[in-house]
Amino acid sequence: MKICVLVKEVPDAAVTKRIDPSTGRLDRSGEKNLNPYDTHAIEAAMQLKEGGELQIDEIVAVTMGPDSAVRALHKAVSLGADRSVHLSDEALAGSDVAATGYALAQTLKRENPDLVLLGQQSDDGECYTIGAVVADHLQAPSLTQVIKIDVVDGGLRCERQAEYGYDTVQVELPAVISVGDAINEPRYPSLKAIMGAKKKPLDALKTADAEIDVALVGASGSQVQCGSFKAPPAKSAGLIIEDEDTNDTVEKIVAWLDERKLI
Amino acid sequence: MAGILVYALHYEGAFNKNSLGAIAEASKLAGELGTEAHAIVVGESVPDDLAAQLGGYGAAKVFVVEAPEGLAQPVIDAMAKVMTDNGHDYAIFGGGLLGFEIGAGLAARLGAGVTMEVTGVGVEDGKLVAERPILGDSSISESRYKGKGIIIARLNAFEVPASSGASAPVETVAVELSPWSTKAKIVRRGEQRGADVDIEGANVLIAGGRGLGKAEGFEQLEELAGAFGGNSAVAATRAVVDAGWYPYAAQIGQTGKTVAPKLYLAAGISGAIQHKVGMQSSENIVAINKDSNAPIFEFSDLGIVGDLTQTVPTVIEAVKAKKGS
Repeated sequence: MKICVLVKEVPDAAVTKRIDPSTGRLDRSGEKNLNPYDTHAIEAAMQLKEGGELQIDEIVAVTMGPDSAVRALHKAVSLGADRSVHLSDEALAGSDVAATGYALAQTLKRENPDLVLLGQQSDDGECYTIGAVVADHLQAPSLTQVIKIDVVDGGLRCERQAEYGYDTVQVELPAVISVGDAINEPRYPSLKAIMGAKKKPLDALKTADAEIDVALVGASGSQVQCGSFKAPPAKSAGLIIEDEDTNDTVEKIVAWLDERKLI
Repeated sequence: MAGILVYALHYEGAFNKNSLGAIAEASKLAGELGTEAHAIVVGESVPDDLAAQLGGYGAAKVFVVEAPEGLAQPVIDAMAKVMTDNGHDYAIFGGGLLGFEIGAGLAARLGAGVTMEVTGVGVEDGKLVAERPILGDSSISESRYKGKGIIIARLNAFEVPASSGASAPVETVAVELSPWSTKAKIVRRGEQRGADVDIEGANVLIAGGRGLGKAEGFEQLEELAGAFGGNSAVAATRAVVDAGWYPYAAQIGQTGKTVAPKLYLAAGISGAIQHKVGMQSSENIVAINKDSNAPIFEFSDLGIVGDLTQTVPTVIEAVKAKKGS
């Protein structure tokens, strides 16, 4: 069996994010890293492989993004993926969620995986919806925000928290599953794995390689036009206290609470 | 006829209040567009009189489809058919996990545009425009649609009015499910994990997140809630509930409860948007977190940048002393 893990390069959480006013897109320059949520998806793939109940022959990391996204693939490989696929094309720039999902689905069709795993949301655009888009194009059953996966009857028994409590769902393979960060604690890559990551096979694809209809992707192919960025209604900034002397800090907290008759 | 279709989530004979808010909002928008807002209910043996109640929130018609409950893909099939057959231009969801899954899948199926986390919708040149806060709510972006538009609201984005008592006509639609839509099956739905606690009625909520470091961290929060006395309770973020540190019934946010106490004290909570939507209406928000960059400091009234293990025990003693005086 083959598992494909969708990964994404995102700005490092420590870097201030901003919209580029000339393009209306997120400025993705600056420090980049593998989306922290994706490390849980790779770990879930590794645990299925090591669990041995399914015969997993290969784990493939797949991404769409500019040249620099290669670093996210190296990280994914250092965490356990056997090889990686990088879809990169100018024609894809400015794709919305639906267009991105379509392009990724076309890329995945080349690999024909038995399971597609992804992180529950990306750290930059908060698109926890990509899994559902990919699944519809692949015509596969899909579930998001899964926090437990067991192999039962040759399929996956998944648990997740939904509107009315915890749901348990049996999913037949092939499937598209996005996992929540409570599913596991991702391992740290070994130094040897980090050093070896650049030597693992990496397929670089253009849109034509994945039979992507360029009329359906990029800013022109996207159905949503975003713009008119404006500031939200201002909320007066709260008081911030750096705790240097705890007794002093707590005195201030209690005075603040007391002033508002909260004690 | 162009129109708006709203997904109405129901469970055990009651509609989700975010769905009701979405129907009321869609009804108002449809009035401005000169069209109608319709609702769709998907489930097993949905009674007509239950579906008809959605007329009280502004639905001019309610479609009912017989299909498995609790999963997104059967609803995608149902909504795609109803929208295609009836020419709806827009679909609106009140938010929640299923709303995100259905809305995104539906956009793929229909080749529509989709916007999530929407906090407001307006009409411009006879079309809907959706407002979405981005970059940690520091900016608002407007979405316009080239063709059909799918709008997934942030939880609690729309007011839920009282029902007018009106009843809507109900149309039962037969939908053939896609083969892949039946390859996921609910084994158990709505399981409650952990003790049943009431946080919605509390005046003072002491909430804990991953920053507590371990499950035992909640013992101190319970002691602090106890020190406040009266109508105080302890709440938790999704991350720690999923980790098994605290009961599900105490969870605030996207898939948990929405609260608005007089005092909300957040200990070791970063303030991700999924949490914020459940507590931002609290009258006074106090946050303690060791990371000065935590988003929660952007919407707290009093923020303490410091170590919980030092501040919380001292606050407990100080509140006890104050109460005793």
